[in-house]
Amino acid sequence: MDLKEKLVSSFLAFENQMDVEDYVHDIRSEAIKTFENEGFPSKKDEDWKYTSLNKILKQDYSVFPDDENAIEYRDVKKYFIHNIDSFKIVFIDGKYSSHLSQTTHEGMDICLLSAALAKPKYRLVIENYFNKIAASDGITSLNTAFSSEGAYIHIPKNKLVEKPIQIIHFSTGNESALMLQPRNLVVVDENSHVQIIERHQSLTSNAVLTNSVTEIFANKRAIIDCYKIQNDHQNASLIDNTFIHQKQESHASVHTFTFGGNLTRNNLNFYQHGERVDSTLKGITIIGDKQHVDHNTLVHHVEPNCESHQDYKGIFNDKSTGVFNGKVIVEKEAQKTNAFQANNNILVSDQSTINTKPQLEIFADDVKCSHGCTIGQLDSDALFYMKTRGIPEKEAKALLMYAFANNVLESVKIATLKTRINKLIANKIGVNIGFNL
Amino acid sequence: MLEIKNLHASVEDKAILKGINLSVKAGEVHAIMGPNGSGKSTLASVIAGKEDYEAIKGDILFNNENIEELEADERAHKGIFLSFQYPVEIPGVSVTNFMKTAINESRKAKGLEDMPANEMLKLIREKSELLEIDRKFLSRSLNQGFSGGEKKRNEIFQMAMLEPKLAILDETDSGLDIDALRIVANGVNKLKNKDNAVIVITHYQRLLDYIVPDFVHVLHNGKIVKSGTKELAHELEKKGYDWIKESVNL
Repeated sequence: MDLKEKLVSSFLAFENQMDVEDYVHDIRSEAIKTFENEGFPSKKDEDWKYTSLNKILKQDYSVFPDDENAIEYRDVKKYFIHNIDSFKIVFIDGKYSSHLSQTTHEGMDICLLSAALAKPKYRLVIENYFNKIAASDGITSLNTAFSSEGAYIHIPKNKLVEKPIQIIHFSTGNESALMLQPRNLVVVDENSHVQIIERHQSLTSNAVLTNSVTEIFANKRAIIDCYKIQNDHQNASLIDNTFIHQKQESHASVHTFTFGGNLTRNNLNFYQHGERVDSTLKGITIIGDKQHVDHNTLVHHVEPNCESHQDYKGIFNDKSTGVFNGKVIVEKEAQKTNAFQANNNILVSDQSTINTKPQLEIFADDVKCSHGCTIGQLDSDALFYMKTRGIPEKEAKALLMYAFANNVLESVKIATLKTRINKLIANKIGVNIGFNL
Repeated sequence: MLEIKNLHASVEDKAILKGINLSVKAGEVHAIMGPNGSGKSTLASVIAGKEDYEAIKGDILFNNENIEELEADERAHKGIFLSFQYPVEIPGVSVTNFMKTAINESRKAKGLEDMPANEMLKLIREKSELLEIDRKFLSRSLNQGFSGGEKKRNEIFQMAMLEPKLAILDETDSGLDIDALRIVANGVNKLKNKDNAVIVITHYQRLLDYIVPDFVHVLHNGKIVKSGTKELAHELEKKGYDWIKESVNL
């Protein structure tokens, strides 16, 4: 039985555990039908031309982990940004861990999707927002069909949430291969501000496939900053589907730091609805071995006077492969749009590959849109210059790569996170940073 | 200190240096002059260890050691410094962090610990004052957006920080206004002592009014065709390089 059949046939058993009166019952039933029709994407799909899921779909994944697995904080502390006060929503093998979490209902809801789906007091928010912007393609529908657990964040208006929210999904490796389908819903009302750090982390080298869907709603003048840390084991694969809906004058940013994992696919979609919306998409990818990372972004400009800023940097070593596919759509009404896109890559080894494809569809005539992509090697003049100052080749290369990637961090607003990512970059590149970060 | 014997070098199979002989002793200032394309910058790059340049014949001895097989960074650790004609821009690395890395890598090569932070700061302050460099300038990305004069001043600042035994200044005067020229020359003169040496590569005599050479060599078509004292530079300034070309052909 292949994975698709296994998932479809286990849907009934999954639904049996759920309340059929539930509002999302119909949504799930509809979604499994879509998945049954569409299945997993293949390289025949234009959007998946350079990324094949074949290999990772062959694993015999456990799709319903039943066990409650516990882990001790001290064993996983290093995966948290632990030196700041934060809210935490933590899952272990797909199950909520109250032990590791720190949630709240005081003036805002930072808690669990399962609770939000079950309790009447959340019903209105769920009806207004749940599955409203998630795509209806096969892979997203699969997640929707099995959506039951994840983070639920609702910030009412005029709130500055000072503590960042960390969402961490651990997998223990107690199953030989595990498939996870976390589902997050984030609603931020007028004038409110929230920061979210998200991470998927397996604790052993057993295979894990995570198909995650996150819907984020930024209402008027809301500010949302998301940081995705993707530094998982070499047998962990991640398909991250994020959908962001922005109303007028809202600012939303997503930084994606990809240093680990086997196959990582980021589907990052921004939908602007309202004037003077600002969207920021930034990424640093540093991979090696046979790792594969695919950034598929979409910014949809619908109304006038909006901006989007995209800046993705990639460093590829060994036989790693990268894909950047950045689509920007500017509708006819979206005059005075400023849309910038940059994708710069360094191929460190002869056997690494990057496919980069900017895709601009502009229907308005008074706009500023730019895109640029570069693929290069390290500058040999710069290397010679540094060597004449006594810096050996290896260190000079590392310093150049570090400098190349590092400037994406300028827009990271959480200082301790910035330091952490800086260290991760230094580690990954093998530079011993002998100076202040 | 530096002993170059019958040096031939080529770039992409094109012969550029065709038998250079040069001897530089501690405490000396040598000027190498010559028309464009005579091989001045190639000579500087070969001494510093640029890989694209192949020394096909001859010897380069530094303190009696043949350095031809050494990498540029190893030559730097031995005390050779090249001030670039066109300093390279390195975005994302500040002047300060670059110097810290350079100094500590040199110390590491000598088996020394990293320089303590306060000592480093003191050294940076002292040397930046010597070159009249603004503090703000030190936190900017190396050479990025620097004016021609700032780049050259920054080169000499690096020289001051690294305290080389042999400094090669490749067209340090190009792109400098008279004030910047004076600051740069003043910096070089203050660093000069009886234990180190300087090779000044220049097209014009102008810089040599400030950094006074003990010897002047004229490079033409890959060879040193005339050597003399500082008066030779004045003569060149008056008569131009055609005079040399003619006298060589004779």
